Amino acid sequence: MSDISSDDVAYLARLARIDLDDAERERLTGQLGGILDAVATVQEVAGPDVPATSHPMPLTNVFRVDEVRPGLTSQQALAGAPAAEQDRFRVPRILDME
Amino acid sequence: MNTGMSRRSDLVRSTAADLAAAMVAGDVSAEDVTRAHLERIEAVDGAIHAFLHVDADGALAAARRVDERRADGEPLGPLAGVPVAVKDVMATAGLPTTCGSKILEGWVPPYDATVVRRLREAGCVILGKTNMDEFAMGSSTEFSAFGPTRNPWDTDRIPGGSGGGSSAAVAAFEAPLAVGTDTGGSIRQPAAVTGTVGVKPTYGGVSRYGLVALASSLDQAGPCARTLLDAAMLHEAIGGYDPMDSTSLDTPVGDLVVAARNRDVSGLKVGIVRELGGEGYQPGVEARFDDAVELLAKAGAEIVEVSCPHFRYALAAYYLILPSEASSNLAKFDAMRFGLRVTPQDGDVTAERVMAATRAAGFGDEVKRRIILGTYALSSGYYDAYYGSAQKVRTLVQQDFAAAFGQADVLVSPTAPTTAFRLGEKLDDPMAMYLNDIATIPANLAGVPGLSLPSGLAEEDGLPAGFQVLAPAQADALLYRVGGALEALLADRWGGPILDRAQELEVPA
Repeated sequence: MSDISSDDVAYLARLARIDLDDAERERLTGQLGGILDAVATVQEVAGPDVPATSHPMPLTNVFRVDEVRPGLTSQQALAGAPAAEQDRFRVPRILDME
Repeated sequence: MNTGMSRRSDLVRSTAADLAAAMVAGDVSAEDVTRAHLERIEAVDGAIHAFLHVDADGALAAARRVDERRADGEPLGPLAGVPVAVKDVMATAGLPTTCGSKILEGWVPPYDATVVRRLREAGCVILGKTNMDEFAMGSSTEFSAFGPTRNPWDTDRIPGGSGGGSSAAVAAFEAPLAVGTDTGGSIRQPAAVTGTVGVKPTYGGVSRYGLVALASSLDQAGPCARTLLDAAMLHEAIGGYDPMDSTSLDTPVGDLVVAARNRDVSGLKVGIVRELGGEGYQPGVEARFDDAVELLAKAGAEIVEVSCPHFRYALAAYYLILPSEASSNLAKFDAMRFGLRVTPQDGDVTAERVMAATRAAGFGDEVKRRIILGTYALSSGYYDAYYGSAQKVRTLVQQDFAAAFGQADVLVSPTAPTTAFRLGEKLDDPMAMYLNDIATIPANLAGVPGLSLPSGLAEEDGLPAGFQVLAPAQADALLYRVGGALEALLADRWGGPILDRAQELEVPA
């Protein structure tokens, strides 16, 4: 069994910005341990001589001509926002008080 | 064209190719075709729940425009007037796009995905948006926040996933065509368990612009249909280079319709992948697979066995790469620019706490599970052991494919290890759910194209099984050539299409 603990899951959930209640955290701890045991098998064949691949196709960088083209209007961009004000996204306070 | 084409029950059972021909011949209007499908949806979708949103008014208006343009003698594309269902992962201007998630409930995108734009330009009539596992994470549609889709063959069973809405819509004659996305099998596995056809094109063959990303290096959109010819027509309509997607391939889609009609497999080398069978595969699924291989051999194909020894590590690599990419892609759901916003009931209201509360309320269990797994795999101290190792396995899987395609023109296997399982059966066992994709995942890791077509019904449960064909990158036409040939051979044996043997859904009088 993988050694992922309930505290580890709480820490990861904070990093991922997902509030978890106690029951969810406990359930996830067991499930993630099982999944990690299963996926850890990748280490059996991932030797130092094997190159890593991040992408399925050999691609070179893509450039486009630097010219203005139509985009969304601010009204369109804001249409799905939870809150908007003065033609901008309205968001909660970003910095902590201290 | 048969004279009974104007009857609505005949219209919904027609192929896209036959509908298109009937419209060209003037036997039926696009409006009639659309109406027939909207009535079918009305009649059966209560039982199937393939659709999250049906756009009756928009569909009828689009159909009437096609009829007007045809009356004016305008040149129209081969699929003009044919209805299509769109997986809810694709942005549709003016139509809700939820990805099966509460976090996007009610969101209406301000633009069309390239796939959707091309459907509209082709004159296809968009009927609505189809159900899916939340953010395409799942193999059963049970992880949709809006309730599961049911398999038309047996409504107590799953229609596959994540694109179970698209496969069920096609199988239940609610739409002749649908579009889906396939990150680890989400087009092919639903096709297998519903007795339909599904194709994952070569990575980059169909634009990803406007698709809500799950795992950007694996995601690929493609066609769902009841025949190979219909899938080829749809693939040609949506495929091809798109400057809006920097991973789009700047090469022609290929003559897929011609390939689907070719039906000649003589001299073609067909490789059976030794590792995609045996333990874990249902006997009835393997029996239908063996039958199909025998038919290809009788038609002149040369059957060889190939070994891809690293495929046994593909599932593990996938369930590290996918959650890693997904945890990054889904960071955009931060409660600031679109979707749900939940404000914590007590304490400081900071952006960070709002984001955490929103994602707690808006994401389902499987999405949380994968985001946290991906966060773990990418975190310092574990990155090399997990994500880094998975990327190396990806190289090994690609090398296995390269070696196998040195010995065979195409590779074949069962699409999914089993037929459709019962709703609820694997809901609490993530690893059991993940195993559904064991035969489809290698193609996504390597970017090669794959298709699934029905191989027959498994003896033990009478449910459809799928036959998978894999081809080298950018050789999508080969899939259609082999698939089209096998489809014709099987239809001869069965005396008609497999869906003729599905139960009649009860249509309220």
